[in-house]
Amino acid sequence: MTAPLLDISDLTVSLPAPDGSRLFAVRDLNLRIGTGQIAGLAGESGSGKSLTSLALLGLLPAGARTSGRSGFEGRDLLSLSERDRAAVRGRRIAMIFQDPMTALHPMLSIGRQMTEHYRHHFRVPQAKALRRAEEMLDLVRIPDPKAALGRSPHEFSGGMRQRIAIAMALCCEPSLIIADEPTTALDVTVQAGILRLFERLRAELGLSVLLITHDLGVMSAVADEVSVMYAGRLVEAGPRADILTRPRHPYTHGLLGALPGAGGAGGMAPIPGLPPSITTHPSGCAFHPRCSWSQPACRGESPALQPVTPERRLACPVDPLAPKETLS
Amino acid sequence: MTETTLPSHRAGRRLRPVWMQPLGLIGAAILIALALVAVLAPLIAPYDPLTQEARRLMPPSAEHWFGTDQLGRDVFSRVLHGARLSLPYALQLVVLAGLLGTVLGAIAGYFGGWVDGLIMRMADLVLAFPDIILAMAVVAALGPGLFNAVLAVVIVSWPIYARVARSMILSLRNEPFVLSRRLLGASSARTLWSEVRPNITGPLVVLVALEYGHAVLILSGLSFLGLGAQPPAAEWGAMVSEGAKYFDKWWMSVFPGLAILLVVMAANFLGDTLRDVIDPRSKRHLS
Amino acid sequence: MMSPLKSGWYRLPGLLRYALQRLGMGAVLCVGVTFVSFALTQVVPGDPVTANLGERAAADPEIVALYRERYGLDKPLPAQYARYLTRLLQGDLGISQQTHRPVATDLATYMSATLELAIVAMVLAMAAGMALGIVAAVWRDGWPDQVIRVVSLAGVSVPTFWLALVCLYLFFFKFNLSPGVGRLGPGTPAPEALTGLYTLDAALRGQWGLLREALSYIALPALVLATYTTGIVTRFTRAAMLDSLGHDYVRAARAKGLPAHTVILRHALRPALAAIITVSGMAFGRMLAGAVLVESVYSWPGLGLYAYRSALTLDLQAIMGVSLIIAVIYILVNLAVDILYAVIDPRIRY
Repeated sequence: MTAPLLDISDLTVSLPAPDGSRLFAVRDLNLRIGTGQIAGLAGESGSGKSLTSLALLGLLPAGARTSGRSGFEGRDLLSLSERDRAAVRGRRIAMIFQDPMTALHPMLSIGRQMTEHYRHHFRVPQAKALRRAEEMLDLVRIPDPKAALGRSPHEFSGGMRQRIAIAMALCCEPSLIIADEPTTALDVTVQAGILRLFERLRAELGLSVLLITHDLGVMSAVADEVSVMYAGRLVEAGPRADILTRPRHPYTHGLLGALPGAGGAGGMAPIPGLPPSITTHPSGCAFHPRCSWSQPACRGESPALQPVTPERRLACPVDPLAPKETLS
Repeated sequence: MTETTLPSHRAGRRLRPVWMQPLGLIGAAILIALALVAVLAPLIAPYDPLTQEARRLMPPSAEHWFGTDQLGRDVFSRVLHGARLSLPYALQLVVLAGLLGTVLGAIAGYFGGWVDGLIMRMADLVLAFPDIILAMAVVAALGPGLFNAVLAVVIVSWPIYARVARSMILSLRNEPFVLSRRLLGASSARTLWSEVRPNITGPLVVLVALEYGHAVLILSGLSFLGLGAQPPAAEWGAMVSEGAKYFDKWWMSVFPGLAILLVVMAANFLGDTLRDVIDPRSKRHLS
Repeated sequence: MMSPLKSGWYRLPGLLRYALQRLGMGAVLCVGVTFVSFALTQVVPGDPVTANLGERAAADPEIVALYRERYGLDKPLPAQYARYLTRLLQGDLGISQQTHRPVATDLATYMSATLELAIVAMVLAMAAGMALGIVAAVWRDGWPDQVIRVVSLAGVSVPTFWLALVCLYLFFFKFNLSPGVGRLGPGTPAPEALTGLYTLDAALRGQWGLLREALSYIALPALVLATYTTGIVTRFTRAAMLDSLGHDYVRAARAKGLPAHTVILRHALRPALAAIITVSGMAFGRMLAGAVLVESVYSWPGLGLYAYRSALTLDLQAIMGVSLIIAVIYILVNLAVDILYAVIDPRIRY
């Protein structure tokens, strides 16, 4: 494997608490994305996956602090100046948000929204930017792109708006797209279309995608690698097929069990209990209060993410599946 | 059932109490102090507010802190006594306008239909008239005087209470706890009184606090124009007006004006803070 | 089946349809306003006969009867209202007891001065209020926000008439920075009327010296009049900006790498603007009311000064005339605001 496009090591994000202490939303996160790869980051809401993406772009709320490194195209995103970071945002790394109804500006025309960042980053005249926007709309299969440029977002359906948001992200030829729950707000049939679009863009443009979602079904459709996050930490990571068919962390196991129509023996079995809020992370393995395999050891030290096969990493001291796993 | 029936707008309420917020605290303290001044004015004022005590038009000095006016009256004593007029009349005004507006707004919101249409269109109409000018017209018809000024301003200021009360009632009307009361056979009026009233008092208290400052302003404005309190009454607006005739004797108008500013600012500090505490949702809509 | 009228209506462009609809509502409101002003002259327990004729004439039954007949006071109320409305439509607002001229003529004379003052003050208030509100929202809960909160609360708390006097005392009497009261110096002839707004007329005719003089006279009353509205606009701008800064589209704009000022002024301010403009429409009404106080201090020959003098002489016709005209201006301004709103926010039109 060549040098990864994005190499996050030991990323920690903390937020200020009302009482003056620090709350750790993301801890010691390690994640790599190769060129042309679609990497999935899974976890329930509040697991820190969205803050991870905001940290990469330098868009964390005021008062947040980060440590660690995130290498991207030969630089560390976390130590860039605000000025350099702004030059990366939208230009080298673009972001797609969950709800295309709210992420597109309701009062600016599609043409305006699709050209403003292109013109800012490339300093080109409006006519040229509009041509670029039109090409991109065509690429994501918006019918009649020229007319679409003059319209307002509210004249499009949710799926179309998400395509527009993706086209907008593609305008400046970024090498990485962070897609935060890009299909959650859409109908299932529309979801499939958007996911196929990601696959096609990866194939045609060599784009890398960090796909953030709580929905392992979405993951299983497109991701090459899957990382599972719980309470701010990665608990399991590896190739998609391995993780989805032979999960070794009890939480991944539970997530898959909670998936409608999943192949697991239990069918649809929700994980008992609720994910911990950021203020009440349990000691030791954060998942132990909800884990049916938990042992006394789980309450002590927080288990580190360790390689269990050349391709897989796991943070679970119990790992009851270990004996059954054969090295491939 | 109180815990479970709290309406949704209280759910996200910020729990920082009023006394933790310096602005609100300052406002409340000033208002209390001024109320004490109003009550105790005859005892603490060094001179009589209505009789000549010294030479005319004296600048501020050790004997006369705020100087003396064109009739040799002590401005400081007059300012202290002014609290006895401005504060209670403004209170009278907001209470009357608040009652009238709330009742009309509650009726409009609760019954809906043509009753609602009629009352709210009337409110729109009154709001289309600039308050002080309409009040001037009313006073011109009723004759000048502080109480007539209060009546005039009641006529022009009830719609804002009506609007708030109506929108609160509308949002509460379909809450399960109100519906269940109605289904159990409680009469409309009873339901209004027992279930809805406690829920709309919060926002109305905020509104009264905010409108109190406005009431002081408009009453003193009418007095300044010669339509409210009449000389020789020690009313702040009228005092500023008299001071304006002796332009270079700045102390005659500066001090009563400062008194008005103090009251209005205190009321606004308090009202603004109360709004944050009691009803964070309305912060966006009323502001 | 749609009637041709109805289907034609739906073929109109959305914005035009919306504007016509608003115009209709404005017209209804104007009729309502005449109703209120009529009701006030009637219901209010003041005898218009005594008020308008004076004590001595009112004591003479013959004069009173003549007067009642002349003004239709002997007819039933609906007939009186019909008569009142007809007179209004003919531009007859009665005779001012104070100036002995038709009220309509007086209003036409004084209106331009008030409009000029209110427009200049409104521009000042919008500019300052929006700037302060944006700063407060961007630095939310920081020291600029705290300072601006206190300043804007002070702005809405200060009695206008007193501020007018204090400013006049300081800037005219003490420091001589202001030329004093009135619209122009005593010897200066007004610019030949085009719009009736001295500053605009002087500028249009290229009379720069006159423009400077007019500006130096209007500056102080306009600043004083703007104070209250500045406070209101500041507070609304802050609230509206906080609301829009929290939206996804603002985060999306930042994620596109746009510079902060673009995100704030284009993406966040635009949705806030709709709310700010609506409030400004309402604030304009209050500003016209505040003009009474400012004009009476600065001898600004506008509607406010006219209303003030009329109120002192209990000249009901004149005051009702002023109320009517200001209510109509207010309705028109808010009509314009509604339409502007629809231009800014394309979602409104549908």
